[in-house]
Parts: sequence; structure tokens; C-alpha cells
Amino acid sequence: MVPIQAYLILSAILFVIGAAGVLARRNAIIVFMSIELMLNSVNLTLVAFSMYLGNATGQMLVFIVMTVAAAEAAVGLAIVIALFRRKQTVNLDEINILKW
Amino acid sequence: MTLEAILFYVLSVVAIGSALLVVTRRSPVISALYLIVNFFCLAGLYLTLHAQFIAVIQIIVYAGAIMVLFVFVIMLLNLGDERRLRDGMSYKKVVAVGLAAGLLTELIYVVATSWDLLPPSAFHQTVEIGTVEYIGTQLFTGYLFPFEVTSILLLVAIVGAIVLAKRKF
Repeated sequence: MVPIQAYLILSAILFVIGAAGVLARRNAIIVFMSIELMLNSVNLTLVAFSMYLGNATGQMLVFIVMTVAAAEAAVGLAIVIALFRRKQTVNLDEINILKW
Repeated sequence: MTLEAILFYVLSVVAIGSALLVVTRRSPVISALYLIVNFFCLAGLYLTLHAQFIAVIQIIVYAGAIMVLFVFVIMLLNLGDERRLRDGMSYKKVVAVGLAAGLLTELIYVVATSWDLLPPSAFHQTVEIGTVEYIGTQLFTGYLFPFEVTSILLLVAIVGAIVLAKRKF
């Protein structure tokens, strides 16, 4: 079996790529995709630990994280559509009404 | 090297490569397609961990439902004008990459220093933990309350999405 540390390091790399995407990109849809990448990498950690320790709680948590990701994608993309309808852009730098 | 190890390394290289392409491509459609590749790689990685249920759910929920939503919204918005979306201000990218590199160093340091703190693996005796039967039993007995809360969360998300995307309030 592949050691669990390999899974943890892979998951860390994927999380960091997602975090860099959230910080660097300004297209709201790509920022959302980066958030999905981060959620997925955490899921990988949870499944790896769940199988390593022989405990199903981690997989229940993955189930719930996936539900939250689906809800987040639905509501977030609805917000993107509403913003696009109002401002004709999905560039996050131009959406700054709440910023002072 | 066993088949499992070969699969792990191939899938992880493809997963990291597609994740990099997701955050670096300019067009959101291409990013979405690479994100689907990444989701399939993760499903394969779950299979190397013997978590069949999670692997199938990953493909059905992520690659099936969430990515359809993404592609549909990209299509609906018709983001043809890429110039307006150009990521200006390169100092932001430098700062982002620097912060990400620092975070990666920290995470790898944590994994490396906790190498021998882990309890011994129970993997060989609990291979059946990832099956649909075991997960279903657990989900409807010990984890029934979180499961029901999940359904309320989905209801709230449906209502919220409809209200937000409606043209007139």
C-alpha cells in the first residue's frame, strides 16, 4: 500500500494550488473552481485517514463536505449571475461596493 | 512496485498537472474541462484507497452535477470578452505565489515532522469500510442526524439559488 504521507503531501499540493488560484485570479468563476479544488484536496485527506485508521467517520464527513460544496456552487453561481446582470462583469476587482 | 503504487503516482501527477492548468488557463471553459479531469483523477485515487462509494459519489456529484452547473453558468454569461477579464497587477500574482509557497512549506513540514506520530495502520483489516453497504448502514444509524441536517441544507440552497437568480424580487 502507498504510505498515507504520500496522500497527505498530494493533498497539500492540491490545496496550495487552489489557494494560489483564489488569491491570484480575478475571474469569479475560476475563483469558484479553485475553491472546489481546495474542498477536494481536504476530502482526499479525510478519506486517506478514514481508511488508514479504519474509521468510517471521515467518509461521513466527506459526504457532508460534498453536500456543502454542491450547495455552495449553486448559491455562489446564482450570486455570480445576479452580479453579472447588474454590472455586466465577473471581474472581482470591479465588484467593490462593499469595500471602503 | 505494485499496481496500486503505479496507479497512485500516475493519477497524482495528472491531478497536480490538471489543477495547475485550472488556475492558469485564461478561458473559464478550458479551466472547467481540466477541473473535470482533476475530479476523475481524485475518484481514481479514492479507488486506490478502496473507498468505492466516495469514488462513485465524486464522479456523480462533482463531475456530473457541479460541473454541469459551472459549464451552464459559463454558457449563460457568454464571457466572450476576455480582455476585460485580464488579470492585471502582476504584483498580486507574485504575492499569491509567495504565500502559496509558504503554505506548502508549512504543510510539508507538518507532515514530515509527524511522520512517526501516527498510530499503526489498520488498513489491511478494514478494507470493507468503503463499500456502499457499510457506508449506508452507518449513514442511516449512527449518523442519521447529520444526514437529515444535510437535507435541510440542500433545501435552503435550492431556495437561496432561486431567490438570488430571479429577475425581479
